[in-house]
Amino acid sequence: MSYLPKPKFRHPGLPKNKLGYTRRDYEGTVSTLCAGCGHDSISAAIIQACYELDLEPHRLAKLSGIGCSSKTPTYFLGQSHGFNSVHGRMPSVLTGANLANRDLIYLGVSGDGDSASIGLGQFAHAIRRGVDMVYVVENNGVYGLTKGQFSATADAGSKSKWGADNNDSPIDMVALALQLGATYVARSFSGDKQQLVPLIKGALGHRGAAFIDCISPCVAFNNHPGSTKSFDYVREHNEAVNALDYMPVRSEITADYPEGAHEQVTQHDGSVLNLYKLAADYDVHDRIAAMTYLQKKNAEGEIATGLLYLDPSPKDLHAHLQTVEAPLNHLTDADLIPGAAALEKFNAARR
Amino acid sequence: MPKPLERVNDFVIKFANVNGSGSASANTLFGKIILRMGIPAAPRNIFPSNIQGLPTWYEIRVSEAGWLGSRGGGVDLMVPMNPQTWDQDMASVEPGGYVVYDSTKPLPPSKFRDDVTALGVPLTQMCNEAYTDPRQRQLFKNVMYVGALAALLDMEVEVVEKLIAEQFWGKDKLIKPNIAAMHMGRDWALKNLPCPIGLRLKRADKVGDRIMMEGNSAAALGAVYGGATVCAWYPITPSSSLAEAFTSHCKRFRVDQTTSRRKYAIVQAEDELSSIGMVIGASWNGARAFTSTSGPGVSLMQEFIGLAYFAEIPAVIFDVQRAGPSTGMPTRTQQCDLLSAAYASHGDTKHVLLFPEDPKECFDFGALAFDLADRLQTPIFVMLDLDIGMNERLCAPLKWDDTRRMDRGKIMTAADLDSGKPFGRYLDVDGDGIPFRTYPGTHPNKGAFFTRGTSKDQYARYTEEGPAYVENMTRLLRKFDTAKTLVPQPIRKDSAQPTRIGAIYFGSTSPAMDEAMHKLAGQGVHLNTLRLRAFPFHQDVSAFCAAHDRVFVVEQNRDGQMRTLLMSECGIDPAKLVSVLHYDGTPITAKFISETIAKEANVVPFRKAVS
Ligand SMILES: Cc1ncc(C[n+]2csc(CCOP(=O)(O)OP(=O)(O)O)c2C)c(N)n1
Ligand code: SF4
Ligand SMILES: [Mg+2]
Repeated sequence: MSYLPKPKFRHPGLPKNKLGYTRRDYEGTVSTLCAGCGHDSISAAIIQACYELDLEPHRLAKLSGIGCSSKTPTYFLGQSHGFNSVHGRMPSVLTGANLANRDLIYLGVSGDGDSASIGLGQFAHAIRRGVDMVYVVENNGVYGLTKGQFSATADAGSKSKWGADNNDSPIDMVALALQLGATYVARSFSGDKQQLVPLIKGALGHRGAAFIDCISPCVAFNNHPGSTKSFDYVREHNEAVNALDYMPVRSEITADYPEGAHEQVTQHDGSVLNLYKLAADYDVHDRIAAMTYLQKKNAEGEIATGLLYLDPSPKDLHAHLQTVEAPLNHLTDADLIPGAAALEKFNAARR
Repeated sequence: MPKPLERVNDFVIKFANVNGSGSASANTLFGKIILRMGIPAAPRNIFPSNIQGLPTWYEIRVSEAGWLGSRGGGVDLMVPMNPQTWDQDMASVEPGGYVVYDSTKPLPPSKFRDDVTALGVPLTQMCNEAYTDPRQRQLFKNVMYVGALAALLDMEVEVVEKLIAEQFWGKDKLIKPNIAAMHMGRDWALKNLPCPIGLRLKRADKVGDRIMMEGNSAAALGAVYGGATVCAWYPITPSSSLAEAFTSHCKRFRVDQTTSRRKYAIVQAEDELSSIGMVIGASWNGARAFTSTSGPGVSLMQEFIGLAYFAEIPAVIFDVQRAGPSTGMPTRTQQCDLLSAAYASHGDTKHVLLFPEDPKECFDFGALAFDLADRLQTPIFVMLDLDIGMNERLCAPLKWDDTRRMDRGKIMTAADLDSGKPFGRYLDVDGDGIPFRTYPGTHPNKGAFFTRGTSKDQYARYTEEGPAYVENMTRLLRKFDTAKTLVPQPIRKDSAQPTRIGAIYFGSTSPAMDEAMHKLAGQGVHLNTLRLRAFPFHQDVSAFCAAHDRVFVVEQNRDGQMRTLLMSECGIDPAKLVSVLHYDGTPITAKFISETIAKEANVVPFRKAVS
């Protein structure tokens, strides 16, 4: 498969955002994924979110591992630098990139094989370091690219396309992210753009480790009866704990909400998340309660989605490392090199 | 019974210690005193990782002639402070040698040797009488034995006092009691032992302005001067002290004076895959980044190193080699990662390696590696080993030219892009195989590209077209040819007499090789030598091989890895290349090299005298 450029034709009437970009300016090359693949919907949601956020494409870097999901960064944000690294190792590459330049936004895209199997360690460590990033796992319960083997997120008892049972316990990426200290944790469904777009926008405004587990059915290998990651199954068992509305700045709430059912959270970048509670007893700021709630729902066979945990003012890896404000890759000879006189002193102490 | 050894400024002394007994600073003090008396000396730490109780040894070779390699053979003066290793230590003394020991507890005669002079000093008893605090008893014991040795070896007492004062500079309260303890040991020895003994230290003028430092620390300082801002590493002997030294150098040189914020980021990664991944991510994003590791780490990094080669991302890897394979001998030295570094990764790859000979070159190459990585957009390995990395070594003072600037290589800026310069990430615009790159975030709508480990065309677009792949792979070879002109050139030394025999060596073998050449010349065996400083090889290497009938390749591994590189990369006739291989984990010695070459060269020693 070779590179397919999108036709350059621009409809003159396409709406533009504040930067004067149309939605198409946030697209990439034509997707080579299977028609109907959930991953393409996630790409579309990323495009929508960036367009609506008036994000300058070159201020974002997109990184991925290997897999159908990891291919998708080619299909969005064509004006952004991208890095398709090695299988399961996107988190370390992203961490290094972030260390070099704290001023860009880092979007890591991965699959369930990429992050829960071969890359589980790197996933865990990037989260626990608090790397300022948006980490999206496009979770289909299988290895799409290598043709349908079970991945580590496949539920015990689910069946493969060929009727084989999965007996291994699944890895719950959301539970891990919560336990490891992610400061923005969400779960969504590629088929629910309404829910997904604001979640991505909120994550892009978050200044810490933001994790989104996005269930994304694989139409080629995991969309059959007996799969717990099929479109039908997820639609049927999806239980959103809240609905999110993203606002760039704080503004008046006009609609009426019953007492306690609505909350506004301001993030570090000034953006505001309007949260409408759907599960009355769910507190998005209580990490431990969230873990318990999610385990319960899980045991009931339900998939809890929405913004599951939020710490609006997290400390990120740069804060821990006490690095200078200026991006490290901007520092000059004068900033970095101690010079001959310092070296002479160094020598003198070693005679 | 052989006569007790009589030697001035030319002997080996060894201390057997227990780890954590505070002996390290006394050992360092002792080494420094010798240098301050103007006598070259080469200390080595020996620390097996597999014996309970953690015995350690510290060996100093004193050599007015300036030979800094390990001498090999036995020890001339032993200081066995560790009862656990007494027998082994006693056995390691040369006939005619000496033992200076703690005689507080009497030992049976069977513990001694007829051919070794035993000099007992009741150190523990003296300490117990002088001090009450157990910690003090231990610490002052160390200084006390330095005092006793000062008397026995006829060391300049003013120098000893001065160095004790320097050692405790800033903790002035400790100076006086330490000097007093030193004198206690010295006075006792002067009164009760036949001072001085046959081994003596006499002031010389052979040290000059040289400095003493560890290669790992020097390499880390090179990284500071090379402009490195990101270090990601995973602990492994013998490389950990490199990352640790980088941390302390940065604390000293890289903290913003007004904000106290750091102009560097150091991350202890979860494994070597992650450390090299971080280095690649940071370098891709325009920071100078490195990792330090050893053989097992390089093994784990293979896939990522292939990515950096193929996607053309700078990376600096300090490989402080230890004996492999597998866990091998983690605290023993070797030069055994040449092939795994030179061809790291699956697929066709070749990488640039630098071979520093001492801490001075660790510093120089440490800084240079970052310029090379940026210029060539590829991984650069700096190949240290435990012998240079973890031992203090006398070397030329470090130098820096303040007019020097970081060479960031071929970078397209926003201004370049705006001026209409064509940009193709993998386009060989200059014919040297090196394309231009842009940093992420450079320009709102020009110069972005997609980095990938899959095959791509000149504009970084995914392709599996055969011709595009072949063109790219051929360009990478062209780039490797360019590397030959940029890396440090080999250094040739010719013998006093014309000869058809040559020897090639590199890295930490250097001091032993210099001494071996001298020894061999004395026996009438003349050699021209070539010290390799980098891979890929400069054309001088082929020329050197062509100019000699036989070329010895001296290296510290079993399989002759450098010889393999010479054969495969320069097409040199294997019959011409004779391996001299030392791989028992101890540093190579002049004795070993000269004996092996003399035998192999089929030359009767002292031929001239005979004929
Ligand atoms: C080291 C290594 N091992 C194996 C592979 C083969 N491989 C490519 S993608 C993949 C699985 C991808 O699964 P997932 O991350 O879930 O992505 P999906 O295709 O399902 O989106 C595997 C095993 C590889 N590329 N590299
Ligand atoms: S194989 Fe599955 S995951 Fe891959 S593109 Fe097709 S539908 Fe998507
Ligand atoms: Mg998958």
